[in-house]
Amino acid sequence: MSLKAFHIVFIAASTLLVLGFGAWCLRNYFGKNGAGVDLALGAGSFLLAAGLVIYGKYFLKKLKRISYL
Amino acid sequence: MEIPYVVQPRQDTGLYNAKVGIWLFLASEVMLFGALFSSYIILRIGAAPGEWPVGLLNVWIGMGNTLVLITSSITVVLAWASLKMNNFAKFKVYQGFTILLAMTFVVIKSFEYTDKFTHYEVVLQDNTIYDGHLKERTPTHVVIHGHKVEHGRHAEGEAHGSKTPHTDIRIERAQIKKMENYGPWHNTYLAIYFTLTALHALHVIGGAVVIGYLWGPGSKLWKTDPERFTNRIEISGLFWHFVDLVWIFLFPVLYLL
Repeated sequence: MSLKAFHIVFIAASTLLVLGFGAWCLRNYFGKNGAGVDLALGAGSFLLAAGLVIYGKYFLKKLKRISYL
Repeated sequence: MEIPYVVQPRQDTGLYNAKVGIWLFLASEVMLFGALFSSYIILRIGAAPGEWPVGLLNVWIGMGNTLVLITSSITVVLAWASLKMNNFAKFKVYQGFTILLAMTFVVIKSFEYTDKFTHYEVVLQDNTIYDGHLKERTPTHVVIHGHKVEHGRHAEGEAHGSKTPHTDIRIERAQIKKMENYGPWHNTYLAIYFTLTALHALHVIGGAVVIGYLWGPGSKLWKTDPERFTNRIEISGLFWHFVDLVWIFLFPVLYLL
């Protein structure tokens, strides 16, 4: 597996983590001591996840010629 | 005798020697971290209900460090891509950022560790518990900046970083039954936390040293054998990605769950 393939795996894992973190923030927001900052961070995390997906697509396009091996 | 497949990949596997080597090494690393993760899961499942400490770590610092490592993975791969596109100057810039980000991670981690080593739980003779950061220590008394805690509140995650107001508390030495900081000896959770994160931090430091060498003196190889140098950058990048991927698992397990 080349660095290109491993990077795609890593970006996918990071996206899942950021989505999970966003869900964790929203759970806190709707919990007993929820604060506005939890909602802001939750929304920020979802935006970051979208950013990572866009970056992943850009990366694949940029390194189209390089092998996955 | 010339060693084959040092630079060019084997036709049948599509791999050059160093890539086979790094993946074998990473397989052994998976076993190392896998064993520790398994230990964590077994200890956590085995803990009595409500006894596993939660909320001992600062989630925002952990998330900040996660973003630092994600960014460093992007810069390390862009550095390699720059070499593939024959742009050595861009490689230098991207890899320079990778080294800076690695150092940032270690510095943030050291602040986190310092916080834990200066954070104390003080149990008095009458079993009253005080929790806070050590401000002063003399032969006769100690002063901590913290608050009084009730039994069991640590397990519920309300003790550290809670909204409880913190004040300076002076405690006479004669009153103290037990005083212990939040080091790896404090409880099982902190023992596994320090083991996993210290091992991970050692990998970050090791990776940064290798990347730093290839960025500095090791980059001379680019002039004589650019393809081999690019391969070396790919190998160091694979290791760096592994280290970052370990953190992607460590962060939610230790900080969020």
